[in-house]
Order: sequence, then C-alpha cells, then structure tokens
Amino acid sequence: MEIFGIPVQALMGQLLLGLINGSFYAVLSLGLAIIFGLLNIINFAHGAQYMLGAFAALLGLQYLGVGYWGALLLAPVVVGVLGVVIEKTMLRHLYKLDHLYGLLLTFGLALVAEGVFKNLFGVSGESYAVPEILQGGIRVPFMYLPIYRAWVVVAALAVCLAAWYTIERTSLGATLRAATQRPDLVQALGINVPVMITATYAVGAALAGFAGVLAAPIVQVNPVMGSNLIIVVFAVVVIGGMGSILGSIVTGLGLGIIEGLTKVFYPEASAVVIFLIMVLVLLVKPAGLFGKQA
Amino acid sequence: MSQANPSANRQTLWMFGGLIALGVVAPYLVYPTFLMKLLCFALFACAFNLMLGFSGLLSFGHAAFFGGSAYITGYLCRDLGLTPELGILAGGVFGGALGAVFGWVAIRRAGIYFAMITLGLAQLVFFLALQLKFTGGEDGLQGIPRGQLLGLLDLNDNIAMYYFVFAVFMAGFALVFRTIHSPFGQILKAIRDNEARATSLGYDIDKFKLMAFIISAALAGLAGSTKAIVFQLASLSDVHWHMSGQVVLMTLLGGLGTILGPVAGAVTIIGLENVLADKVGSWVMVIMGALFVTCVLAFRRGIVGELKALLSRSSVR
Repeated sequence: MEIFGIPVQALMGQLLLGLINGSFYAVLSLGLAIIFGLLNIINFAHGAQYMLGAFAALLGLQYLGVGYWGALLLAPVVVGVLGVVIEKTMLRHLYKLDHLYGLLLTFGLALVAEGVFKNLFGVSGESYAVPEILQGGIRVPFMYLPIYRAWVVVAALAVCLAAWYTIERTSLGATLRAATQRPDLVQALGINVPVMITATYAVGAALAGFAGVLAAPIVQVNPVMGSNLIIVVFAVVVIGGMGSILGSIVTGLGLGIIEGLTKVFYPEASAVVIFLIMVLVLLVKPAGLFGKQA
Repeated sequence: MSQANPSANRQTLWMFGGLIALGVVAPYLVYPTFLMKLLCFALFACAFNLMLGFSGLLSFGHAAFFGGSAYITGYLCRDLGLTPELGILAGGVFGGALGAVFGWVAIRRAGIYFAMITLGLAQLVFFLALQLKFTGGEDGLQGIPRGQLLGLLDLNDNIAMYYFVFAVFMAGFALVFRTIHSPFGQILKAIRDNEARATSLGYDIDKFKLMAFIISAALAGLAGSTKAIVFQLASLSDVHWHMSGQVVLMTLLGGLGTILGPVAGAVTIIGLENVLADKVGSWVMVIMGALFVTCVLAFRRGIVGELKALLSRSSVR
C-alpha cells in the first residue's frame, strides 16, 4: 500500500521516529519554559544537562552496576543536584543584571561540560543496551513497533503531563505561577522564593537529565548529543512561545512529526525544516503560536 | 559630541596613531600569519561589538556572516577567478545582505528570543553550507588563490598580504568608530539604554536596529572574506555556532561597548589559543568555557572596561 507514492511502512516508520524526536523536543522545551518562567534566563546548558543524564546512565552501568531503571531515577537526581550547585554558586548572582548574562553563563558551562566529556570519552560515543523487558517489538498494522521506542513516547508524555498537572492544577503550581508573576509579593506572603528558584532550576535540569537517560538506548551516547539537539529545541521554543506549558508539549510533538514527514517526502530539507518553520511563524505571529508578546 | 571636545579629539588621534604605528612595525616582531589571523578576528569582534556593545542586541548567529562570506569569496575567487579585492568586497556585500534578511526576521523579538532566533537562522546557513554543491561539504573550499591585489601586488608574499589585511582592518575599525560617534550611533546607544524612551522620542527603533545589524553583518562578512583569502580556506568551522560563541567571548572579555575592547579580546583569545594549542590540545574548549563563566561572574567590564575604570579612579585621586 502506498500514500503519495511512498510505501506506508516507510511513512509509519518515519512518523514514529518523528514522534520520538518530538517527545524529546517536548520534554526539553518544557524544562526550558519552566526555568524561563521563574528565572527569566534561557538555560543554554540544557543540552549539556541532557548529555550528562545519558552519561550518568552509561557510567552508572559501567562502574556502579546501576541498571536502566535505577538510572532513570538516579541520573535526574545527579543532574538536578548539579543544577542546585550551579544556581546557588553562579546564576544567583546574575538575577539583577540583564537576562542575557544568564544565557552567556550557561553557554560557558555547556562548553565546559562538552569539552570535559570530549576529552574523557572522545566524540564517537558508546551505545547503551536496551533494558531486557523492553527489548523486541510487536507487529501492529503496517509496521513493526519496537517496544522501547513506544516506551520512550509514553514515558516522555507521562512526564510532560505530570509537569503540566503540577503546575496548573496543584497548590504548589499555583504558588509557582504566582512567583513567576510577582516574586516580591509571594515573598511577602512568607514563601521562600530563593529556595523555590533553586528548586525550579534543579527540576528543569533534572527533566533534561531524564530525557538523556531515555535517549541513551536509541542514540549514541556522546558529548555532542546535547548541543546538536538544543539549537533545534531553541527553535521549537521560539515557534511555540514559552507562555504555556501545554503549548510547549504540543509544539514539540508536532514539530517532531513534521520533521519525520519531511524525511519521507523531501529528505534534503529535514535538517532545516524546523528552522524554516521558525522563520514562517515569526513572520506571521512573532510572539509564537502559544506565546504572549513580551 | 566628541568632535567639539579637544581632549577627546587628541585621544582619538593618539589611538589611531598608536594603532597604525603598532600595525606597521608588528610584522617585523611577530609571525605575520598569526597577526593576520588576529586582525581578521579583531575586525569580526569589532563588528559584533557594534551590535551587543552599542545596540544591546545579542546575536548568536554571527558565524553565518563570517563563514558565509568566506564561502562566497572563496567561490568567487577560486572558481570564477575574481580578483581578491573584488572577492572581499563581494563578501562584505553578501554579509550585509544576509544581515538584512536575518535582521528582518529576528528584530520582531527582543532579548533572549533575539539570540535564539539568530542562532536558529545561523544553523540554517550551516546546513546550507553542508549540503549545497559549491561549498564542498565536509571538506570546505580549499586552495583559494590569494591572487594579485589590483593586478599589481602579489599577495602570496606574506608581508604584502599582511599590510593589505591591516588596511582592511583599519578601514573596518574606522567605520565602526565613525558609526558609534555619529548621531546614528547616539540613537543606537539610546535604544540600548532605554528602548521605551527612544520610542517615545519618535525614533523608529526597529529601523535603527536593522541598520546596526546590516553594518555589523557586512563587517563580519568582510572579516570572514579576508580570512578566507589569507588562509586560502573556507570551512564548516567558520559557520559553526562555536564561532558565534567565540566572537561573543572575545567581545565580552575585551570589554562590551568599548572601542578597543574587541581588539584586546581577540588578541587575548587568539593568542591564548596559539599558546595553549600545543600544551593542552583539546582542553582549549574547556578553558574557553571557563573564561566565559569567569567573565560573566566577575569580569563583566572586560579588559578595557576595567582599565578605564582604573584610570578614571586614579585620575580622580
């Protein structure tokens, strides 16, 4: 069976790949949006934190015997703790300055992280085995579905929805949203805003680390895996606008799928299609699809 | 403003005189190829400073102009046989035109969105350089001829090439200086310091930002084109985002919004790279990152900014 002259199997295969990429875009742009909401900085180190998550899983397995499920829990904690250190020792001193300094600082941190891992592990990367119970696949109509890939999409969506629920539907989330609007007033109500800021940065970083562990079995774990991804995620963030959590998730998934479809119909453009969409969106709706004009 | 002030005038004269004197004797003291690399990056950083330092716009995509123009010049001079001066000129024009496109898209958003958009646009250029036919893909353009300047001066001679690069640098530097000290430059600074106020005074700020972007991009292109002729090479590393980051670092380290800061920053970074490359090899990236962090946390005025502060403190005493 064919659609527009493309075998349905190839189409479905690329759609699945697109959905997986989209899941990563969603988790990463969600983390960026959460951090931006409270700290007003763009976390350039987000890609490095994603890479650190993957390496934490890899090294945990090699040296400490921590398996996949342990890594899925521990790697985000490791990255999150690192995030606490970064926020407390460095970012904290920049809040009174132009927001651009936060971007520059985290860019420097990303360079350091990428450089250190390049020196220690080279650029070629290592592979991480798919955990045993998620190996293999099932036949569904038109395609063979590897179980691990299905798991990635499900896990990423679950995390996204959990984050959305926490922020939009719980009292903790309400406080967070209030602090995003008026940190001074929230502080006056007796809530420790500086701790909240630290925690928010740590959670955003941990989300990136979590995405890194999810990605470890399907990509080569290498030091540049984050920086290649983060530039695309920035474009996703520009397209979606950072005003809405659900918006980030929808935009991430949608763009992943569009990218996958481009690989089927016009492979040469697949690397640039998201940037082209970014240009189009800026021309038509500069604030982004879900954003408010700042 | 400064034109009416005799002491500022004298300072300017001293600065230009000092730079020219330094530039004339330098190739007899230091390896000319190193100097040429330095001058190309110094011009690149001066161009960038016009944006970040004087207009408050952080472009994370300046590699697109630097590297894009390097490719254009390389293609024109190697495959179409243009003379080097025309090739470099065409590179500058290309940089400006690309800057107009980037600016037209990116100026719709401010602040960090502006940075992310320029980064995305530059990544678009990177992929074009990787995939288009004329750019040579992973190999880049190699063996670009240096040629004869105006058909008279053989640029294969390193000293002749050096003086040509120095002339290009001084012209670019003078243009930046003139721009900053013109009424146009004053308005740019007003927009940087208080955009709402500038708007309320009736200035069409988007138009001024776009003009600054175009000038900056054209000069960045000029720097890239010159680099392509000097090293006879245009490669993917010229359009990579690392290059965009490096020019930010040079400007920041040297001193944002100071005239000589970017030059000092470029000298420091390129010099450091040169010294470190043999000793620490691949750790250079880590050192650059650490420098970035240090600059942002503790050294925001940069080398020239700190010197200025030191001088004004001692003159008060």
